[in-house]
Amino acid sequence: MMQLVAHWNYFAVIILMMVGLYIAISRGNLVKKVMGMNIFQTSVILLYVSMGKVSGGTAPILIEGRDDIIYSNPVPHVLMLTAIVVGVASTALGLALVVRIRESYGTVEEDEIVALDRAEDEREFSGEAG
Amino acid sequence: MNDFSVHLPILQVVIPLLAAPFCFILRKEAVVSVFTVLVGFACFAISMDLLAQVIDGDVLVYELGDWARPWGIEYRIDILNALLLVVVSSMAAVVFIAGPGQARRAIPEGRGYLFYSAALLTLTGLLGVTITGDVFNVFVFLEISSLSSYILIALGRSRRALMAAFSYLIMGTIGATFLLIGIGLMYQMTGTLNMVDMTERLRDAEQTRTIFVALAFVVVGISVKLAVFPLHQWLPNAYSFSPPLVSAFLASTATKVAYYLLIRFCLGLFGLTLVFEVVEIDVLLLPLSVMAMFVGSIAAIYQRDFKRLLAYSSIAQVGYMTLGLSLASEAGVAAGLIHVFNHALMKGALFLVAACVTWRMGGTRLDAMKGLGRRMPVTMAAMVVGGLALVGVPGTVGFVSKWALVSAALEKDAYLLGFLVMASSLLALVYVWKLVEIVYFQEPETGIERREPPLRLLVPTWILAGASIYFGVFSDFAVDVASRAAAQIFAAGM
Repeated sequence: MMQLVAHWNYFAVIILMMVGLYIAISRGNLVKKVMGMNIFQTSVILLYVSMGKVSGGTAPILIEGRDDIIYSNPVPHVLMLTAIVVGVASTALGLALVVRIRESYGTVEEDEIVALDRAEDEREFSGEAG
Repeated sequence: MNDFSVHLPILQVVIPLLAAPFCFILRKEAVVSVFTVLVGFACFAISMDLLAQVIDGDVLVYELGDWARPWGIEYRIDILNALLLVVVSSMAAVVFIAGPGQARRAIPEGRGYLFYSAALLTLTGLLGVTITGDVFNVFVFLEISSLSSYILIALGRSRRALMAAFSYLIMGTIGATFLLIGIGLMYQMTGTLNMVDMTERLRDAEQTRTIFVALAFVVVGISVKLAVFPLHQWLPNAYSFSPPLVSAFLASTATKVAYYLLIRFCLGLFGLTLVFEVVEIDVLLLPLSVMAMFVGSIAAIYQRDFKRLLAYSSIAQVGYMTLGLSLASEAGVAAGLIHVFNHALMKGALFLVAACVTWRMGGTRLDAMKGLGRRMPVTMAAMVVGGLALVGVPGTVGFVSKWALVSAALEKDAYLLGFLVMASSLLALVYVWKLVEIVYFQEPETGIERREPPLRLLVPTWILAGASIYFGVFSDFAVDVASRAAAQIFAAGM
């Protein structure tokens, strides 16, 4: 039980991660898929940021003449700046693709798109037979 | 001059990176297309020079901004990286020749330079993943190449290309994020992102659950990008609906770089002992590779579209590569690497043939390809060469890699595996024969007027088809470099 409390940040990460992954896999709505993917990516940011935290540590700004201060590890935080950029870029690109899909299919529901594609296939191949 | 050559490792990545926005300045498609070819060949020249520098076993280290590790990021080139750099940049250079007129229908008139920009960014990402010696850098470059390749795929002619790009985006991002989680856990255990430091510390570190979980995340993440069976679902759509040139480029580079990453992480960072003796990923990887070989080839037989057939055959070929790795022997990894080189040549040639067919017929449906052997004989001859290489006929590159793979399997006394490799080659014979039958023995429906595609398509196609024969006959180059690379990584990975 104590372990659970002590590692609560990791549990938060895992729950977010699973929520995001589940949405990205199970939802048929493409916008929701992108959002699920985004939650999944965000959970990783939380994982890294909490990894860099040293208990009792403060922001890593060097103060002249004081060597008794405990600093948090800034590296994971900096890495996550890049990961945020990557996340924004892939979300934006995903949403842009959804806009294009909506323009050409008239829907953003995956099952309807699959049905449209299948109908197109059938027309094409029955046209050949006839 | 000497000063200049010191900076080749960074130029390898920076040249295509800066060339991408430069396309915006040039604008005119005719100029931009020549420019990209020049950039491609510049990258190729640099990578050949780098390979020549490291081939004797030296490791080339380039510290970015003169910050030594662990403070700075370093580029680290050994034979394995150099081989992959050569594969990626040579494929890019050759494929870019066929550039003009590719995405005409998807891109509004006068915006063609955007296509080249995205292609150059993909190249930047792939080269960066290969050259860097910093694990977080790997993730960043992987995302650069992935994001720009989603754009390229979405440029396909039919609206299905959009859906293909979208599913690839979701799967690819999840895969890359898995890799990021794995890297995070590795960082947690070692406190460094530099590959050399990380390797040392992972050897000494206690084998805790954190490391096992990190390995699992990394391997699954890379496997999505590599399209290891059953994580291959994105591949057939992405390759068959994207513009043919994009398929040629991605099929011959993107999965190869993912395979490099798998080797680098499994053998380089985690180490042979951990991956193959403690965790035993070969228990999983070996059957999956064999299944990929068969499922991919059998699915390819039933396809009604040329590019889709090639895409499924790619899944089978990835199976051969991962089979090489899962043998966990020097010969096995060497065989996998030989196949990386050879498969890039033959798949590149075949997808360029698909580009020629698209140019002539407007599509690559097999029933529209009837009698093409008489209508465009030069192109179809290239297809036959590529097809024979896929089967593994002696005298082509396919034979070289299958020979290496079978001997690596026999060396491990895995006779059944050797047999399975041969059996799956017979399946390849079935789908290649199906192609030949349609192209040469069926009557064309619309006359037999002979018209070959323009030289800008025909020349790169035959460069690659010719190389598939040349390196099949004179196989020393690929075999030598690949065995040295495998030996080096095994020596370092112990």
